Amino acid sequence: MAKYEYIIQIGKELPLIDPIYKKSEYLIKGCQSQVWLHADLIDGKVVFTADSDAIITKGLVSLMVKVLSNQKPEEIVEADLYFIDEIGLKEHLSPTRANGLVSMVKQMKMYALAMKANV
Amino acid sequence: MNGKPLVYLDNGASSQKPQSVIDAIDHYYTSQNSNVHRGVHYLSQIATDAYEVTRRKLRTFINAAHEHEVIITKGTTDSINLVASSFGNTFINEGDEVIISEMEHHSNIVPWQILCESKKAILRVVPINDAGELDMATYRQMLNERVKIVSITYISNSLGTVNPVKEIIELAHQYQIPVLLDAAQAIHHTVIDVQKLNVDFLAFSGHKMYGPTGVGVLYGKEDLLNKMPPYQGGGDMIKDVTFEKTTYSDLPFKFEAGTPNIEGGVTLAFAIDYINSIGLDKIAQYEHELLAYATKQLEAIEGLKIIGKAKEKSGVISFIVDQIHPYDIGVILDKLGIAVRTGHHCTQPLMAKYNIPGTVRASFGLYNTKEEIDILVEGVKRAITMLS
Repeated sequence: MAKYEYIIQIGKELPLIDPIYKKSEYLIKGCQSQVWLHADLIDGKVVFTADSDAIITKGLVSLMVKVLSNQKPEEIVEADLYFIDEIGLKEHLSPTRANGLVSMVKQMKMYALAMKANV
Repeated sequence: MNGKPLVYLDNGASSQKPQSVIDAIDHYYTSQNSNVHRGVHYLSQIATDAYEVTRRKLRTFINAAHEHEVIITKGTTDSINLVASSFGNTFINEGDEVIISEMEHHSNIVPWQILCESKKAILRVVPINDAGELDMATYRQMLNERVKIVSITYISNSLGTVNPVKEIIELAHQYQIPVLLDAAQAIHHTVIDVQKLNVDFLAFSGHKMYGPTGVGVLYGKEDLLNKMPPYQGGGDMIKDVTFEKTTYSDLPFKFEAGTPNIEGGVTLAFAIDYINSIGLDKIAQYEHELLAYATKQLEAIEGLKIIGKAKEKSGVISFIVDQIHPYDIGVILDKLGIAVRTGHHCTQPLMAKYNIPGTVRASFGLYNTKEEIDILVEGVKRAITMLS
């Protein structure tokens, strides 16, 4: 439970996304919670900002952003997110979990892939 | 679950099974397993008899006039699709209307949307009030000669609303409009007598009524079913097959193509027996007490709002908490060993009407207890503290 208290805390602390990006073209719809994701290419690195309407998802989103943001596109594309398993949060990233998180990670990799082509 | 004893409050999604049903599944595969309605050997006769015992018991359970009016399907969704396709394609044409309601489950919306799109018919939706009750005045006005079927849920899976089905059916019948009731949530919460209700079609699933998954029922009045063409073609629903012409079986087999879920069909009888051994009246009474208790306890929580406040409710209690996403509450409850469901519960239009992303839904079965409700309430309070 302490794990979740931590996730909730980081979820609450970080207003991650510029509100102008909280619209449908940046929305990743999940069955349970929604996630907004924006990506910029700055100095050859992909910078993500994101947000969610559910705090726990938001906390997990912020974790993913901490790990994946500010990296080169190819590093993101190839990232093996084993740490999720290690910290015992694999269930939240399983494809059967109908939250926006799974789709968000996919989208992050797709942005990176697209930006890889542009670098 | 998660190191805590499981408090299972997701019976609206599916129920746990009594030992007799589990044993029956084991017994089927060890002693009865064989294909049904086809063989000449003794084992196939045992399997067939066991399968047909279920049909007999289903007939009694819902008081259908004839066994052949009980079609064994894959579940509620399958049953509704059967009617939408078979009845719909034959009797519903361009400009005709189909009536459903704002509180329907997707399984009682999408098959009709598919039908209406294909036939250029119009889907009309009975609105609900804020309490989650059908607007019967508007329903009355919607009935006319162009309406060819009314398909409504008996008990709402999201709101718990018990609809005034007798009245709905009587009003529709004034225009000779047949009515289908989605009884997925009702079949195990209340006694259903199809002749008394005079309902034309009834659909429900085995797995919600303490029975196996993959099996369900479509009850239909014999007159209607006889007029409807087959839904799926294949083995068992035929009399004679030649490449020139094929003739079809009589009811019920006309609508039972292919090898069914035999194990499901056979063991559903045990779920019926189990329910009858306690008595559906008694079960309904007990669940009503649980619902009243849960409502009182949850309403007392600050910031909590119950969604669905119909005068007559059964089986489920949906709620949201100010400023907190239902998903977050669901995750914390899960970590506390409490299984509820969060989200739109396959009723997206309903959630849109209330302008909410979803609810937390606790749904009761006959084995739930007041103690479990206390655990739920404490869990919700703890979740709120963590998430505020």
